[in-house]
Amino acid sequence: MNGASFAELSARERLAALVDAGTFEEWLPPSARVTSPHLAQLGVPAAFDDGVAIGRAALAGRPVFIAAQEGEFMGGGVGEVHGAKLVGLLRRALRDRPAAVLLLAESGGVRLHEANAGLIAVSEVMRALLDVRAAGIATVMLIGGANGCFGGMGIVARCADTVVMSDIARHAMSGPEVIESAQGAGEFDARDRALVWRTTGGKHRWLTGDCDALVEDDPAAFRAAAVAALAVHRSMTLAALQRESALLQWRTELAGEGADAFALWTRLGVADARAVPDLDADAVRARRPAAVTPLANGAA
Amino acid sequence: MDWHAVATALFGSDHAIVADGDFLCGTATFDGAAVAIVGTTNHAAVGVDLALRQARAVLATVADSPGRPLLLLVDTQGQKLRRRDELLGIHRAMAHLGCCLDLARRNGHPVIGLVYDQALSGGFITSGLMADACHALPAAEIRVMRVPAMARVTKLPEELLESLSRTNPVFAPGVANYVAMGGVRSLWEGDLAAGLRAALADRDTADRRALEGAARGGRRVAADVIRRVLEA
Repeated sequence: MNGASFAELSARERLAALVDAGTFEEWLPPSARVTSPHLAQLGVPAAFDDGVAIGRAALAGRPVFIAAQEGEFMGGGVGEVHGAKLVGLLRRALRDRPAAVLLLAESGGVRLHEANAGLIAVSEVMRALLDVRAAGIATVMLIGGANGCFGGMGIVARCADTVVMSDIARHAMSGPEVIESAQGAGEFDARDRALVWRTTGGKHRWLTGDCDALVEDDPAAFRAAAVAALAVHRSMTLAALQRESALLQWRTELAGEGADAFALWTRLGVADARAVPDLDADAVRARRPAAVTPLANGAA
Repeated sequence: MDWHAVATALFGSDHAIVADGDFLCGTATFDGAAVAIVGTTNHAAVGVDLALRQARAVLATVADSPGRPLLLLVDTQGQKLRRRDELLGIHRAMAHLGCCLDLARRNGHPVIGLVYDQALSGGFITSGLMADACHALPAAEIRVMRVPAMARVTKLPEELLESLSRTNPVFAPGVANYVAMGGVRSLWEGDLAAGLRAALADRDTADRRALEGAARGGRRVAADVIRRVLEA
């Protein structure tokens, strides 16, 4: 599928393109019809996989567990069943010890249609993910869907060892529409796509150190980044978390009260920040300031 | 309930918890042993700065006071809705706070969450919900989003959501529903010190929220789905 847009693929197509051909074995597949018990009373159609595919596969010959969220179903929102499938996958990883757990994350966060259950579910996913990471199993988030990765899933994603993003992906907490409706378009104009991308997009996350790999919107590029991430384990020791605290504090102080990406990039030491939005991923990769990388701060 | 009243009910007047803006931090003595307190007040909107302050306080406890119990006092309106916070990676700052609490748990610190006023979504998910167990006062309010906003985002009729929120624990705000779903282990009623004492004595740190949600009838399928994945 070289040349295809990763963002335009369905969750199952992304999954198939990522792992070794034909190796994906799905658990609780659509034929099992494990659906949300909460949507019918709202008159909302259910999906036979509740918007997430989970299972095992091989990646570069190594056994991995993998999940893919489908952004076309309720924006990838985490409901009771969706979340429980992810928790089950992670707890099974803790038991069966694959080389890695990969998540093709595309989610608006908690599915509001099952709000309370979704909130608890996201928290369970986070605890289970950290258990897997603490066990020394590589945890990898691949963010390349058109809907981005937001809300509780945005938090969960950054709990992994490695976050891979494409330049057209977004990773943040609240969507621009939510901020605009709360604070007005003067705070965040959700229709200003250039502003949205330089505030939450892949290039920004790479330049500030929020993601660990920046790739083109291409299945082969995601696969290569996933293979590289199999070997990445970031420790969660007191010293490592103290360094993360110091790095985030330094970056926050550097930004001051400003909310402008160009100003922040410039202060971080990115040359010719204004040119960044027009560069391809390769060119942006070369511009990341050493100070924001985990290695420079000794957190690896 | 005001945090001063909570602190006094738990520790008497002789505690060293202070509020600095929306940030609560300090120590107190409970049954003769020191407890570290980290939290928020004034229905805080938790942004990058407040998440990092809490994280640093948790790390300082892990570094300087091995094993000391941590009590998280939760009062938040949710995540801060500002462009600056998104620019600076609010999701990463919150993940960092969650990772710090996870470190504390793994290093043997009992971590107890207490929703003493209100808890909404983003501010809650990396504080009280990352504790060994989260508890709440009966008058506290826990929810993801208010019904009118929920209706706007889901494009479902507000009346439908209102009526469901009176009967269905999945929609309804209120701590009793979070207890039924396993997200809150218990309500501390009357004698708050007895609640904290029982929480500190419960040293089972496994995440049993899905099982409790099933046993209490508020979240009927999650535990079964998890089991089926393990057996598939």
